Amino acid sequence: MNTHLELSDIGMNFKTPRGTFCALDGIDLKVAKGEFISLIGHSGCGKSTVLNLVAGLLKATRGGVIVNGRQVTEPGPERAMVFQNHSLLPWLTVFENVALAVTKVFGKTKTRAEQRAWIEHNLELVHMTHARDKRPNEISGGMKQRVGIARALAMQPEILLLDEPFGALDALTRAQLQDSLMEIQARLGNTILMVTHDVDEAVLLSDRVVMLNVGPGARIGSILQVDLPRPRNRLALAENPAYIHARAEILRFLYDGHSAHNTAAPASPVAKVSRLQLLRRKVANG
Amino acid sequence: MATESTPPLAPPNAARNLWPGLSEAASRLATRTLPRLLLPLLGIVVVLVLWANIAMRINTSLGALPGPAAVWQQAGNLYDEHVAERTKARAFYARQQQRNADALVEDPQAEVKTRPYTGKPTFIDQIGTSLVTVLSGFALASLFAIPLGIAIGLSPWLYAMLNPAIQIARPISPLAWLPIVTLVVSAVYVSDDPAVSKSYLVSMLCVTLCSLWPTLMNTAVGASSVSADLVNVSRVLRLGRLTHVRRIVLPSAVPMIFAGLRTSLGVAWMVLIASEMLAQNPGLGKFVWDEFQNGSSSSLGRIMVAVITIGLIGFALDRIMLLLQRAVSWDKNAVLR
Repeated sequence: MNTHLELSDIGMNFKTPRGTFCALDGIDLKVAKGEFISLIGHSGCGKSTVLNLVAGLLKATRGGVIVNGRQVTEPGPERAMVFQNHSLLPWLTVFENVALAVTKVFGKTKTRAEQRAWIEHNLELVHMTHARDKRPNEISGGMKQRVGIARALAMQPEILLLDEPFGALDALTRAQLQDSLMEIQARLGNTILMVTHDVDEAVLLSDRVVMLNVGPGARIGSILQVDLPRPRNRLALAENPAYIHARAEILRFLYDGHSAHNTAAPASPVAKVSRLQLLRRKVANG
Repeated sequence: MATESTPPLAPPNAARNLWPGLSEAASRLATRTLPRLLLPLLGIVVVLVLWANIAMRINTSLGALPGPAAVWQQAGNLYDEHVAERTKARAFYARQQQRNADALVEDPQAEVKTRPYTGKPTFIDQIGTSLVTVLSGFALASLFAIPLGIAIGLSPWLYAMLNPAIQIARPISPLAWLPIVTLVVSAVYVSDDPAVSKSYLVSMLCVTLCSLWPTLMNTAVGASSVSADLVNVSRVLRLGRLTHVRRIVLPSAVPMIFAGLRTSLGVAWMVLIASEMLAQNPGLGKFVWDEFQNGSSSSLGRIMVAVITIGLIGFALDRIMLLLQRAVSWDKNAVLR
């Protein structure tokens, strides 16, 4: 496998008033170029922390993130992030929000006209051209999230990081945006890392679904390969045995993982990795 | 027969059609006209009646406390004095011009002098002086407070360093600053041909010193409470420090900054009157003080005119700031009143 992005033995501790909290403990993952990876797990298990580490917004306590053979030390537009709550600047129009990213990333390489065309192109990709002069508070939640995606895509990132991008949306809007995202990825071939709560979303979109154990000291519990042919159609897949099986696998993990944690929770907040757990981790990562 | 029986039914029908119109008018009266127009008017009338009744009963060394009617009359007098003074000024300049022209006809080499009219400033002039003083002091305070507030908001170190000093300086009364400012201005502002008078400078600086705090504190809070998500956007884009401030921090703090500016202008206007009284800057404060020292039978009425004018101008300034605040606020859901 030609590794594009590697998470190498990542441990992440947070300092809290009640001592150190170990969020992640030994995350290992290799991602190929153009792969779509979903991170799924219970709330608070550290999925978003993984994403923030790849983005460079957080610095790992142990181990590191490697992109194209180089360690990530700071955030950068080549690892664009779509935030959970869109994070558009409320005082700028849709166009200006995307323009902020484009002028920063392409200010020196593209002419003004080229930049404008590029902004228009990305708004077109997410079907938001009609609202280019509206402000975020004048458009719906789904539209805001589209603009957030357009802004991220406009940075022409190698890796697209999505933090529960469709979590706050109604089912219909979510389905539309998931289809758009598949379409866009098929066209642009970005490597995508997406955090989600939604089992169907994970199976539908991903090449691999990475399931995290319950924290503290979360690590990868299991990885599920989703070998469904693309382009994928949600209606056709609903009856597909492979799809149903994948879905069941994840659900089983989520329910088992939860109860396993309750019985085997480490006493100290900083989890000590037992030999057995290490072994299990090696097995899980192949 | 059937057609003949319809006319008697018509009036009730018409009445039914009339009712919705009437009830609509009534509900409009109850929901809009009454609270927006009639109630405030009623409140003012109550205040005027109370004022008139209480004023009658209080006798001062300058006679009875003037009621609304007496004050209204003095307002008229003050305006007439202003008009009279303007007429005199125009006549003075006309005479001077005539005199100079005549002198030049007699001798083209003659040195003609143009002197400004030196009549005493009228009430209206004093309002103008006060407005100029307060606005320049407020502008100076804002120019200083906004950048410093941004810096303090962005740097926890700077905040920790300056916060105690700010908290101590904030509650100091203009009356306490005044002697210091007066002496400092006298020592530092030495010029043979001063562009502005010392009394103006003293009043303005007192206004600045007292009115910069609300803007400073609000700006600091605004700059420090930029949403973490927006800060992350800025980090992912690797925006430079200045671009970050200009594109993210400043716009995000604008509602807070303007809330601070509005409070500051209110404080500035309050402080101005006190400092004009003491610094003898020819504005409304000095007007009140002079009338108080003058002690004629009309003085109390004239002071009251000034007091009401001060209130009305303060109110107008606040409304203007509110409109500005609404215009620049990107958070259209916020209720500003």
